[in-house]
Amino acid sequence: MKYTGKIWKFGDHVNTDLIIPARYINSSDPDYLAAHCMEDADPDFAKQVRPGDIIVAGDNFGCGSSREHAPIAIKAAGIAGVVARSFARIFYRSAFNMGLPIFEARDLYDLVRDGDIIEVDGNAGTITIPGQEPRQLKIEPIPPFMQELIAAGGLLAYLKKRP
Amino acid sequence: MGMTITEKILAAHTDLEEVHPGMLINARVDIALGHDVTAPIAIAEFKKSGGRKVFDRGRVVLVADHFTPNKDIKSAQQVKIMRDFAREHKLAHYYEGGKAGVCHVLLPEQGIVLPGDLIIGADSHTCTYGALGAFATGVGSTDLAAAMLTGELWFRVPETIKIVLTGKLNKWVGGKDLILAIIGRIGVDGATYQAMEFTGETVGDLSMADRFTMANMVIEAGAKNGIFAPDAVTEEYVKYRAERDYTFYFPDPDAHYARVLEIDVSQIEPQVAFPHLPSHVKGLSRVGSVKIDQVFIGSCTNGRMEDLRLAAGILKGREVAPYVRLVVIPTTPEIYRTALAEGLFDIFLAAGAVIGPPTCGPCLGGHMGILADGERAVATTNRNFVGRMGHPGSEVYLANPAVAAASAVLGRIAGPDEIKGAHKL
Ligand code: SF4
Repeated sequence: MKYTGKIWKFGDHVNTDLIIPARYINSSDPDYLAAHCMEDADPDFAKQVRPGDIIVAGDNFGCGSSREHAPIAIKAAGIAGVVARSFARIFYRSAFNMGLPIFEARDLYDLVRDGDIIEVDGNAGTITIPGQEPRQLKIEPIPPFMQELIAAGGLLAYLKKRP
Repeated sequence: MGMTITEKILAAHTDLEEVHPGMLINARVDIALGHDVTAPIAIAEFKKSGGRKVFDRGRVVLVADHFTPNKDIKSAQQVKIMRDFAREHKLAHYYEGGKAGVCHVLLPEQGIVLPGDLIIGADSHTCTYGALGAFATGVGSTDLAAAMLTGELWFRVPETIKIVLTGKLNKWVGGKDLILAIIGRIGVDGATYQAMEFTGETVGDLSMADRFTMANMVIEAGAKNGIFAPDAVTEEYVKYRAERDYTFYFPDPDAHYARVLEIDVSQIEPQVAFPHLPSHVKGLSRVGSVKIDQVFIGSCTNGRMEDLRLAAGILKGREVAPYVRLVVIPTTPEIYRTALAEGLFDIFLAAGAVIGPPTCGPCLGGHMGILADGERAVATTNRNFVGRMGHPGSEVYLANPAVAAASAVLGRIAGPDEIKGAHKL
């Protein structure tokens, strides 16, 4: 798993109401949700996001409601992955369950600005920032069970493969 | 090594003797809950993975509460998916229309969730049921699909924070104020991935309503679950409602806690959480003059009978301030009927309130009381994020029902003591 992309930078405690406001969760159509993704945080996000872009955020990303509409909206918007200092619990498990790559990295946040390019290497567990003095930032290791979930393509696919 | 209540309940739902924090386990689920926002995605996933039968038609519970009575075509389509599924699988617990209420008030009231249970719900406030001495946690829709299929789900056993409550409660202080004060102290990620176990001499003085309110909001500190050891108050609440047998679990004396937080409740006055985080709390005496446009009394946090009585005691014989809207929503049909029978509707109507049918309504900015740009609301709910109750330029202040009612009368955030003759009904 390697991703190179332009980053969209958000702050701490980005909650699910910001990721996808409740006024749109009367539908679960991924394209509809993607069209309103991050609308109250950055009205231009949904219009300008490009496939392969990466979200970078501070602590507690995805806090608030359990709505899986949030990771669905992010994934359908074309975001390749989310790198945050930390994630809220339900968002964390849902992302693995439904196949949105997410990474915890403590040190990245303060080193990048909105629009920078980063390279995330999920296998090596590192992030590099081209254009800055070369250094590799560490990603928190992903527990083996969660790696199996991702490899299987999500929780339900994993359950199907189980004997 | 001893176990906490959370660890004991989790262990009892596996084939393991003991579980300890950090372990990844597969556990049996007693009740799996979904609602009109989260269930349709779970149902789609269930079907996509070839699911034909739910693991137990008595243990999958679906409630239409968020956008019901269906507010628009999209919502109606979502509920239709749920209704068709409930019919196809002959689910014993499907609630809609005049049977439906806000799920986290309805399920305990109907005796569907019980002490000792392991409950998962595709709703973050599923943690509410921890008040009964159950392990209950919010999950995503894919988790719900997996649980509906297999009756099991994976969990990481959480560490537990022990919260010891001592001292006597002040007047007008309830569960809402205690949990807001705790969130203010530890922050919105102060308990991420952890369990919060409430204990101490004050717990015996807390009604089930207070305990539900507190367990409800542990997610606002990022916690996985909140839990109270069951006692006589719990027994009294569940004994006539329970539709199955239940088990009381208690922590071992040598259980291990990640940290211990001591709270002297006699130091706590009514609390108000300012925009835009539930941790931005101030004691009522430090609020200053905050003019408001709307008050909402309802939700899974504070929409129970005890909450309505508290508000009615303050509103009796009074009127809402000019240009302020008061929306009152009893959260279940049973509460609706009781409030009507006790004459509370007369009090609310005479005060100029709008009374809605049981629904989440404005709590999540769904319908029945949405805020315009720049408007401020006092709400008895649990979240005050940007845009939570409407326009992203609106503001939500979280408070207990007594403060909410007094604020409605005075048109600014105010305490019940500012209203002469305010008393508990
Ligand atoms: S009342 Fe509010 S917090 Fe409770 S379940 Fe409904 S939307 Fe969620």
